[in-house]
Amino acid sequence: MNEVTKERWVKSGLYVAVALSILILPVIVVWVGVNGFGALSWEFLTGRPYRFEYGGIFPQIVGSIYLVGLCTLLGAPLGLASAIYLAEYAPDNRITQTVRFFTETLAGMPSIVIGLFGLQFLVFWLQLKTSLLAGAISLSFMMLPWTIRASEEAIKTVPQEYRHASLALGATKWETIVRVVIPAAAPGILTGVLLGMGKAIGETAVVWLTAGSGLEAFVPRTLRSPTGSLPMYIYLLATQGHTTQGMQNAFGASLVLIVIFLSMSVTALLIRNYYLRKLGR
Amino acid sequence: MRSEDIVSRILFLCASFSAIVVFLITLFMLREGIHALNWDFITGMTWKPGRNLFGIVPTLVGTLTVVTGAIIIATVIGVPSAIYLAEFSPFWLRNIIKSTVEVIVGIPSVVIGFFGLMVLVPFIRDNIGGRGESILAGWVVLAFMILPNVITLTEDSIRAVPRDHKEASLALGATRWQTIRRVVLPSASSGIRAALILGVGRAIGETMAVLMVVGNPEVPWIPTSILDRVRMLTSTLAIEFSYVEWGSQHQYALFAIGVLLFFLVTILNFVATFVIRRRNLK
Repeated sequence: MNEVTKERWVKSGLYVAVALSILILPVIVVWVGVNGFGALSWEFLTGRPYRFEYGGIFPQIVGSIYLVGLCTLLGAPLGLASAIYLAEYAPDNRITQTVRFFTETLAGMPSIVIGLFGLQFLVFWLQLKTSLLAGAISLSFMMLPWTIRASEEAIKTVPQEYRHASLALGATKWETIVRVVIPAAAPGILTGVLLGMGKAIGETAVVWLTAGSGLEAFVPRTLRSPTGSLPMYIYLLATQGHTTQGMQNAFGASLVLIVIFLSMSVTALLIRNYYLRKLGR
Repeated sequence: MRSEDIVSRILFLCASFSAIVVFLITLFMLREGIHALNWDFITGMTWKPGRNLFGIVPTLVGTLTVVTGAIIIATVIGVPSAIYLAEFSPFWLRNIIKSTVEVIVGIPSVVIGFFGLMVLVPFIRDNIGGRGESILAGWVVLAFMILPNVITLTEDSIRAVPRDHKEASLALGATRWQTIRRVVLPSASSGIRAALILGVGRAIGETMAVLMVVGNPEVPWIPTSILDRVRMLTSTLAIEFSYVEWGSQHQYALFAIGVLLFFLVTILNFVATFVIRRRNLK
């Protein structure tokens, strides 16, 4: 076989690999869509679960949104501040390298270990009980490194000239960051936060141990209330449901979860594409 | 003190928060797990909480079997995909594929597990044999879970190869594939290795999707066939924590598994960082 034919073969092999690796998204979306569509009804979306696999999922939808909202409120500002430090202030020394290493370690931490830590530290030690607050804080531990990474990346793409221009006009470093760097990096940061929220809303292992059983029949009223969530609900019904009604509800909840997740991720990517086009790249 | 200094200190405190969390996790895991981290735990062949037997070997072997298979599948599919993205794909297509991969990272793992349970498991049961819930199912599900990470990191390291290396090879008359195989891949190899190591770390820590398809027998054994059910370290934690008696030896043993997971993942992370740093020095 000569080299040119070989190259053609290799290339078709590569096509197959790419197709395989992205196939999972359409497959999952279509499968959930087809099976879950029949389950959607007004009663399902606004009702409460009862007798395990019957009823609706309103408390779970609201619970998931509360959990992710609170987690973002806690995690995103902290992540942004960390990223500003790492990108703009950090001297290249041992301490910075250590901080970076630990951030990476936290990013790679198995979610179940974070859940376990949340259970031990927040639920028992700080006596938050299994609650909205404990679940959201644990989730924010998980979200933190993602936000840091995305924000740092976004801050670093801001051209150096912007900073120089601002500093030359007499602005201090902090003024430059707040007035020039952050606004320029905002779309990138927003993309990172939205992608992080998308991951957080599908996270199961963390909320399993810290937020609640998953089948709560009531919307959480306070930060200390146990909170149901869509992923936990899906898990319970998928593995322990016995009736067709249970399976149908699991599909319906999966569809709702996938729709929320996709709307976050797609918005994130649209923002970034728009921003990259504006930068002319 | 100048206000700029105060700002910089506050930001430093925020940046150290991740390190503090990691430190606290270590502390809390060890404080409980230390009571069960003994020779019997590490070499024990039986896990029967009811009889106070907490041997980790079958679970550890099960986990490593599933992870090894998954990383092989992810490499076979992921590395070629990354080569395509970095070297062959037109800009617009690359953009679409990369965005898709980024979305895939976030697909709720419980939904992937649900798919595995409803489609993959019956498929294996009907066409290959066994109960369906098996190592094989774990391989497939886990491979797809870590694939996006492998692709992204591998592509980054391929793109980091300096352009003039490639151009020199092409100018000598090599085809693109020859260039990739003889020039690009060797010089990206340490980055690819780091990507795979991080993939292994991801795979060890994955919980929900795998849990739903590997069967998790009550008393795990050392698997002898790829159709055997196994138990993962992570699924043991997730399942048994819902009914463990607080303060019992069982609880300590579960925390010991947490310690084990934590150290496995941290060591892999450390090795990957080291591999990348050595490349940068070169």
